[in-house]
Amino acid sequence: MTGKPLATTRSATGIPTGRLAIWWVVASEIVIFGGLLASYIVHRLGHPEFGDYAAHTNVVAGGFNTFVLLTSSLFAVLAHAAAEAGDGRKARKFLWMTIAGGGIFLVVKSIEWTYEITHGLVLTTNAFWSFYYTAAGLHAAHVIAGMVAMAVVAEQAKKGRELGRVELVGLYWHFVDAVWIFLFPLLYIAK
Amino acid sequence: MAQPATEHVDDASAHAQHDDHAHGKQSAWTKYMWSTDHKVICMQYLITGAIMAVIGGYFAYAFRMQLAFPAQSVPGFGLVTPHMYNSLVTNHGTIMIFWVAMPVLIAAFGNYLIPLMCGCDDMVFPRLNRLSFQIFLLSAVVLMAAFFVENGAFGGAWTAYPPLSANSAYNLTPSGQTLWVVAVALEFVAFLLGGINFVTTAMNSRAPGLTMWRLPLVVWMIVLASIMFMASVGPLVAGAVMLLFDQLAGTGFYDPARGGDPVLWQHLFWFFGHPEVYVVLLPAMGIIGEIIPVFARKKFFAYKVVVYTAIATGLLSFFVWAHHQFISGIDPRMANVFTVTTVIISVPLAEMCFLYIATLYGGKITLPTPMLWALAFMAEFLIGGVTGIFCGASGSDLYFHDTYFVLAHFHYTFFPIAVIAVFAGITYWFPKMTGKFMSERLGKIHFWGTIISYNVIFLPLFVLGAAGQHRRIYNYNHFPDLAVPWMQNLRILATVAFLVLLAFQLVFIWNLVQSLSKGKPAGKNPYNANTLEWATESPPGHGNFATMPTVYRGPYEYSHPDREDDWWPQHEPPAENAGDGEDA
Repeated sequence: MTGKPLATTRSATGIPTGRLAIWWVVASEIVIFGGLLASYIVHRLGHPEFGDYAAHTNVVAGGFNTFVLLTSSLFAVLAHAAAEAGDGRKARKFLWMTIAGGGIFLVVKSIEWTYEITHGLVLTTNAFWSFYYTAAGLHAAHVIAGMVAMAVVAEQAKKGRELGRVELVGLYWHFVDAVWIFLFPLLYIAK
Repeated sequence: MAQPATEHVDDASAHAQHDDHAHGKQSAWTKYMWSTDHKVICMQYLITGAIMAVIGGYFAYAFRMQLAFPAQSVPGFGLVTPHMYNSLVTNHGTIMIFWVAMPVLIAAFGNYLIPLMCGCDDMVFPRLNRLSFQIFLLSAVVLMAAFFVENGAFGGAWTAYPPLSANSAYNLTPSGQTLWVVAVALEFVAFLLGGINFVTTAMNSRAPGLTMWRLPLVVWMIVLASIMFMASVGPLVAGAVMLLFDQLAGTGFYDPARGGDPVLWQHLFWFFGHPEVYVVLLPAMGIIGEIIPVFARKKFFAYKVVVYTAIATGLLSFFVWAHHQFISGIDPRMANVFTVTTVIISVPLAEMCFLYIATLYGGKITLPTPMLWALAFMAEFLIGGVTGIFCGASGSDLYFHDTYFVLAHFHYTFFPIAVIAVFAGITYWFPKMTGKFMSERLGKIHFWGTIISYNVIFLPLFVLGAAGQHRRIYNYNHFPDLAVPWMQNLRILATVAFLVLLAFQLVFIWNLVQSLSKGKPAGKNPYNANTLEWATESPPGHGNFATMPTVYRGPYEYSHPDREDDWWPQHEPPAENAGDGEDA
């Protein structure tokens, strides 16, 4: 607890400060993606031809990625359980498995995008592809940020420090997961 | 919900080990630029905001001179070209809202007051707090850098409507447009980080006994404003990313020829932009709410109802945005809906004003400088609020839209918020921040000089707007029916009044300099006020409180019938045999 001001250690609501703050982070992120997706949905309703463009997306790759992300969230939960039990080494192992899930997601995404870009479906092709790359790109940036945060927390957990943060990165990771649950049907399935 | 019983043990150890802003020798660079102390960060925001206010005021000087004396060289600026005129008005608006009102009202006052009023030693995340200031500073540098790149700063108005903002072939500022978007986006990031800190601190770091219903109003207001900011800015962050892609990558989000829609930006911008008005209004109302009971020596009238009306205002503010788009081609039926919601939002706000006035009623009112500013805020903001009805009703707005009537209306809301309330706050908390009093005589000269000249600037603009004078015009001589002598005379009157207003700010600066060097010592609690910031030294030392306070009652127990003193500090333990029915 050295180095922390009294303010950080208090909990007048009974909710730990870190968890409270991460919920506010998630809340502010929800409105960012919410605004983007609302814009997309309004465009989608006004442009039936978006359905034809969406037919060019790779549903199999998207579905596989959905499965990968959901599985990685399971590991995040297991890491949390290990941290609760005070087992930092085990928490670290599960966090790295979560990171591996994020890695597979990004690799599949890169293959998918490479195929699409080489077939002329780029950011500027039309409004659908603009939304497709912007929304998925913003999501991928969040995946990368989550992987970096988990790596930092995992290495702290190995030394038994800041085990509470395992839950916090987990909360964030579930949010990143949930965003994809919205992106996948909207961008890939709705034809 | 209960406080840990070990609180006092923590207090002792917290002082022994209080962290990286440690006592002793630090270089000025470390102390003032890398501090994590919330009071130093407040000063960083305050000073940056003041510098930006000077820049924004200088821009206003240049374009007001151009309007009053078209196509003549402006002393201290030079000739204002049409291109430069657009950059000046755009950045005047952008600066005054995002780099003056926001950092001063929310970040500076929030940083200073939340930990002190909550009775704790710092923000919950001091390093995050420092980071948010540094991002904010970077954003200001990026914004100002636009004036030094080829073709100059962005000139597509502070609302940055596409297609003008999305394509450099239209706005002619290829670098300026992008720097503007990046600066605004960075500023949003800074305030999102700051807001999370404010909300979490007020929720979790309150002193023992300090329930949410015993928090001073200004803390409530800054917290509500931070939550509203967080909930409204997201779509615009996404919108800014799309605008950036339109500018740089050539996407067509806002280009109808490629399946996009320019009105989408207006929705995203105003979905944020209208709550933003209340994001800056609520802290201003909070500051005024601290001053009025102290100088009326009276308990706040219906404290809880004020909080409820603020929450109601906040919620309603998310459903009024399209009143900015009555002439953008939205469905007239939607225009009716938004007219109704816009008129409804004046109900909680009017209620809040009435409660403030009810607090004054029957009080022992004194009129030192902070109280004058507070009362002026109420009166001037009322003019802004009432003229807003004309702009919010779709029928009359079709005529008033984009005229100087709208411009005068929002200056009658933003000037009270960003200038009057800020002067109220600075003059009120100056003794706490520095340990010294400001001069009352100079303060009153500054007050009257500012208030009178301010009204002479903006009242004529209502008349000009009603006469059909359109906004964002470089030279009215180019429009024969707007170049008539009486209209030009009103323009000159407004500009001259603005010069007078600027001159009176020198009195304030002089007062500041004088008071810092030879002001009378203020002591701990010069106003006999109740809230926790007055329980500690002026200025508060490192860690804020020598012993961490415990709270026993609400913040506004003035002139309590059972007490000899007409104030009752929140942290004063109740007398042994006293009843405990003193909850707010």
